[in-house]
Amino acid sequence: MSKITFAIGGVHPDDAKLSRGCAIEVLPLPETLYVSMAQHLGAPAKPIVAVGDKVRTGQVIAEPGGFISAFVHSPASGTVKSISPRKDLAGNNVTHIEIAVEGDEWVDGVDLSNTLVTDIPDDRQFILDRIKACGVVGLGGATFPTHVKLNPAPGSKAECLILNGAECEPYLTSDFRIMLERTKEIIVGAALMQKVLGDVRTVIGIEENKPEAIEAMRKALAELPYKGIEVLPLKKKYPQGGEKQLIQAVMHREVASGGLPISVGAVVQNVATSLAVYEAVQKNKPLITNVLTVTGNCLPTERQHNYLFRIGMPLSYIISVAGGVPEGAAKLVSGGPMMGRAIANPDAATVKGSSSILYLSESSTRRGTESMCIRCGRCAQACPMGLEPFLLRRLYAAGDLAALEANAVQDCIECGCCLYSCPAYIPLLDHIRQAKVQVMGVIRARNAKK
Amino acid sequence: MNPILIWTVVILAGLGLVLALVLFFIAERFKVEEDPRIEQIEKTLPGANCGGCGYAGCHAFADSAVKASDLSAHFCPVGGNDVMKKVSAILGYAMVEKAPQIAVVRCNGTCAVRPRINDYDGAESCRVKAALYSGDTGCAFGCLGCGDCVRACEFGALSMDPATGLPVVDQEKCVACGKCVKACPKTLIELRAKGPRGMREFVSCRNTDKGPAAKKACANACIGCGICVKTCTHDAITLENNLAYIDFAKCKLCRECEAMCPTGAIHGVNFPKPLDKAGIKERIAKRNAQAVADKKEVNNE
Repeated sequence: MSKITFAIGGVHPDDAKLSRGCAIEVLPLPETLYVSMAQHLGAPAKPIVAVGDKVRTGQVIAEPGGFISAFVHSPASGTVKSISPRKDLAGNNVTHIEIAVEGDEWVDGVDLSNTLVTDIPDDRQFILDRIKACGVVGLGGATFPTHVKLNPAPGSKAECLILNGAECEPYLTSDFRIMLERTKEIIVGAALMQKVLGDVRTVIGIEENKPEAIEAMRKALAELPYKGIEVLPLKKKYPQGGEKQLIQAVMHREVASGGLPISVGAVVQNVATSLAVYEAVQKNKPLITNVLTVTGNCLPTERQHNYLFRIGMPLSYIISVAGGVPEGAAKLVSGGPMMGRAIANPDAATVKGSSSILYLSESSTRRGTESMCIRCGRCAQACPMGLEPFLLRRLYAAGDLAALEANAVQDCIECGCCLYSCPAYIPLLDHIRQAKVQVMGVIRARNAKK
Repeated sequence: MNPILIWTVVILAGLGLVLALVLFFIAERFKVEEDPRIEQIEKTLPGANCGGCGYAGCHAFADSAVKASDLSAHFCPVGGNDVMKKVSAILGYAMVEKAPQIAVVRCNGTCAVRPRINDYDGAESCRVKAALYSGDTGCAFGCLGCGDCVRACEFGALSMDPATGLPVVDQEKCVACGKCVKACPKTLIELRAKGPRGMREFVSCRNTDKGPAAKKACANACIGCGICVKTCTHDAITLENNLAYIDFAKCKLCRECEAMCPTGAIHGVNFPKPLDKAGIKERIAKRNAQAVADKKEVNNE
C-alpha cells in the first residue's frame, strides 16, 4: 500500500471504474462534424476557412485568438458548410465550424503508421513549435495550451515534470486505457517534454487502484532508453489528480496561495497530453482525437465503452452509437461525477478535452434537501486546499468580498469535496464559485488601476 | 437617614454633572460644521438608503448634491419629481424633471409556452444557475426563475408568479431604484418610462437567436421577423440581432405593432380598452391599400 498522497483534506468516493476492462474502440465518422472555436482555456480560436471550402483531415481551420489560445484542425475531410453560433454543452452559443464529412483524407506530411519513433529531436524550439502547430492543449480537464505551459516565464526554472496518471475521478477510465494501450507513446511524449524543460526529473504518478497501468509503465520504461523517468504509485484519494495536490504528493512542496506550480519548480501534464505531444512531435499529427469513456451506474457492463473520438462529433451521435440512453439514467454528465458538468444540451459537439459521457441514476445524482449548517466542520476537514467552505459561503451571503479575498477564496480548486461531505446538503461549491468570480472582478479592477 | 446613602447620591450626582459639563465643552470645541442644507435635504428624501440614485445612501446623496453646481447628476428615483422639487427649492437650483420610470421584465416565457427541457437541482440562485449553464429551458436568454430580483428588491415590489414562473412588478410599489436590474444575470429587467397613466408598450423578450431556434425554445419569443418595424409609422422600433426594441420616446402607443406581432412578444399594459386586433389590422390594411393606390396615381401622372 502506497502512502504517498497530499497532506490535508480529500474524500474517498467509490472509484467505480466499471469500464476498465473495455479496450479502446475507434468511432466511425458521422455525416457532420461541428468543431467548436472554444476548445481550450483562453481566447477562442479564429476561423480561417470560408463556407464552401474543401478541407482535409488535419488541416488548420482556425488560428489562435490570443497568446493563451490554440490552433484548431479539421477532424475529417469534407466541405465547410457553415460557420455560425451553435449551443455548447451548457447551452450557450459558441462559434462552430460545421463540416460535411466526405472522407478521411489526411494532409501531407503526417506519419499515419503505428511504428514507435523513439529518437528525441535535439532542438528544443522544434519540439515546442510542433506542439503549438498541432494545437495540443492539456487534456486533464482545464485544456490549457500546452506550449504555453512548457515554456515557463524567464526567471522560473522547472525542476520536475509530473505526469498525471492519477485519474482520481470515479468512473473515468480513458487515461487508464491509454496507459495500458499506448504506454510507450506516453513515455516518449514524457521524454520530449523532459527535453523541452531541460532534462528534468520526471515522475509518472498513478493511483494504486490501477496496478495494471503501473506494471505496464514500469515494463515499458525498462525497455526504453530514457533516463530520469520513474513511476510513482500513489494512494487512492480524491482529488489526487489536482495539480497542486499531485505536486504535494510527489515533491512535498506546497504552491503558495495565488502562485503557479512553476513557482515551486513543477510542471504537471496529463498522460493524455503526453500522448498528444508524442503524436504532434514524432508523427506531426494534430490533436483531433481523444479517448472518451461511456459509462455509468445504470449502464450494463457489456454497454460500457472507451471510444477514440474525433473532435466535433456530437455527443448525441456517440450516445446513439453506444446504444442510446439507458433506462434509469436521470442525469448525463460530461467529465467525472465530482467535477464534471451536466450535459444540458446532448447535441453539443465533443471538444479536445471531452473525457466521458456518464449516465447517473436518480438516487446517485439527486441532491438532498438543503438544511441548516450544523457547524460540524466536515467541509473544512475535506477541503484539500485548507479552506473553510462554510465560512466562505457565509461571507458570500453577506457580500463581504474583502473578507472572502482575505480567506483565500481564489485558492479553491472547485473539486467539490466540501459539497460531497456536507451532511446538510448545502450547495457550498455553487456559492464559492460565484464568490470566486466576484472576487476575481475586484482583483482585475485593482490590477487595471495599477 | 443613613449617611452612606446620602453620600452615594451626592457623589454620583456630582460626578454626573461634572462629566456632563466636560462632554458639553468638548462637543462645543470640536463641533463639525456641516452645511445645514444637508440635513434639510436628508429629511426631505425618502430615507430608504436604497442606492437607486447611484450614491451610497440618502446622506451621501444630500452631501454630494449640496457640493454640486447643478442637479443634473442627482435624481432620487424613489421620491421622484415631488421630492426633487423640494430639494431644488432648498438648494435654489433649477429643477431637472424626469419622467417617472418603472421596472419592466422583458421575458414572456411562461411555463406554458417555454417547455422545461431539464431539471435544475443546484443552489436556488439565478447567478449560480447562469454561471453553470443556459437554464432549464431551450432559451438561453430567458428568465431563470430563481428570484434573485425578488430578493434584491427592498421595496417588496417584486414577486414570483408560481403560475408563470416569472417575476411580477407591483406597479404601486416599484420605485425604479434599479436594484433588480443589477441583480438579474440575464439583464432582463429594464427601467422604462412609466408612460401616460401607466400605458406603455414594450418587447417582452431578449432572445437574439434566429427565428426558428427562438420559436422552438419559446412560443412567445421575438423571432426577429421585422413585421413590427414595417408596421410602425413612428419609426420607434429597431431590429438588431433578431430582436426588436421599442424606443419609448418615439412610441405613440398606437398598439399597431402589438396587434401585428405573430408571437405576442410585444406587450401593452394599462391600456383602458383591450386590444382590438381585428380593427387595427383592418386599419393597417386600408392604409396600405391607400399607399399602393397613391403610388399608382403618382406613376400614372
